[in-house]
Amino acid sequence: MMARQASRRRVLKGAFAVAGAALVRAGTAQPAAEPRVIEMTAHRFSYEPNEISLRAGERVVVAIRSLDFVHGMNIPDLGMRLDLVPGRVTRLELQPKAPGTIDFVCDNFCGDGHEEMHGRFVVSA
Amino acid sequence: MQRRDFLALTALGGGAVFASGLAGCASRADGINQTDFYFVQLSDTHWGYQGPANPDAAITLRKAVATVNALETPPEFIVFTGDLTHTTDDPAERRRRLAEFKSIVADLKVKTVRFMPGEHDASLDRGAAYKEFFGETSYTFDHKGVHFIAIDNVSDPGAKIGDEQLAWLRADLAKLDKQAPIVVLTHRPLFDLAPKWDWATRDGAQAVELLMPFANVTVFYGHIHQEHHQMTGHIAHHSAKSLIFPLPAPGSQPNRTPLPWDASAPYKGLGFREIEAEAAGSALKVVELPVVRA
Repeated sequence: MMARQASRRRVLKGAFAVAGAALVRAGTAQPAAEPRVIEMTAHRFSYEPNEISLRAGERVVVAIRSLDFVHGMNIPDLGMRLDLVPGRVTRLELQPKAPGTIDFVCDNFCGDGHEEMHGRFVVSA
Repeated sequence: MQRRDFLALTALGGGAVFASGLAGCASRADGINQTDFYFVQLSDTHWGYQGPANPDAAITLRKAVATVNALETPPEFIVFTGDLTHTTDDPAERRRRLAEFKSIVADLKVKTVRFMPGEHDASLDRGAAYKEFFGETSYTFDHKGVHFIAIDNVSDPGAKIGDEQLAWLRADLAKLDKQAPIVVLTHRPLFDLAPKWDWATRDGAQAVELLMPFANVTVFYGHIHQEHHQMTGHIAHHSAKSLIFPLPAPGSQPNRTPLPWDASAPYKGLGFREIEAEAAGSALKVVELPVVRA
């Protein structure tokens, strides 16, 4: 079971190019197409939307605004996490390469309901 | 009746017994063993919780106190590994819950009781209210040759121990022999049990790394509302049952929602444990007990 989970984590990590450098196309004459921007809000105790559909190979930027608390956004399968500071827009760049599901969870304890604050990216072919 | 026999009997009636790898308690040269002792761990009482996962929440803690008081051999001390109260945004209500909790557990006959916060007690105000009632959130003490270290991984809402506390831990460990028996008490798992459910400590690996050079380390924690046993190298980690509602096994379902209350078996999945430290060459023994014993 553990081996299967570890294997799945590796597959999922390989399926995503994440943030910044992964999106730079050095030496490419043609500029990359602008990524699709997906607006998200975080507030006690949910992300809206909390399920985001993506297509494999698509570049997206998730622009996240926290309304009330420094919520966390932990994406264990990608080995990354963010602090979502109110008053700022936190940008998460993703480029999924293969179908799959990636869960995310608030990992800054935010009150009675923190345990229900989670969501997922669903990547289709 | 010898303490060992008593444990065997309670194991039959109360739960599983197993041995972890804590060894090294010294015996006196004259053969009189002064290092045998046991203590009780209670966890996640969530005083103030109201909800369908435990319609009996107003009296479950009192029943557990009565059960501990009725133990044939009283423990030498008791530890509460966090989430004494259920969280609230209202600072006055938080203090009221802490005060009520403290009043209820004052009925424990054993008066040496060690407390720790959980995130429900401490994360929203960084431990301010908790400290008013129970003092420091991290500390050490020694008992009959065993060194106990309480690590706070909840006062930071990001589930971090923090550099300052890690430095404190490093300095404390530097005073110990590498063979010293060490028990770590904490609330969250120090390893990545289930990060998707926030069952982890963000910098817990640094604490484990500091503990690794020591041969006899055992960690007791709470947070996940169930018994769970895992090794990181030679270090054993044992989570305790809750006294409010059980949670599902890590990763066994999509979300970490409480297991439903079973009216035909009240308190199912709840309980506390005894932990016995024996003499040289033996292991810590853990006995799981229910809230109410038949």
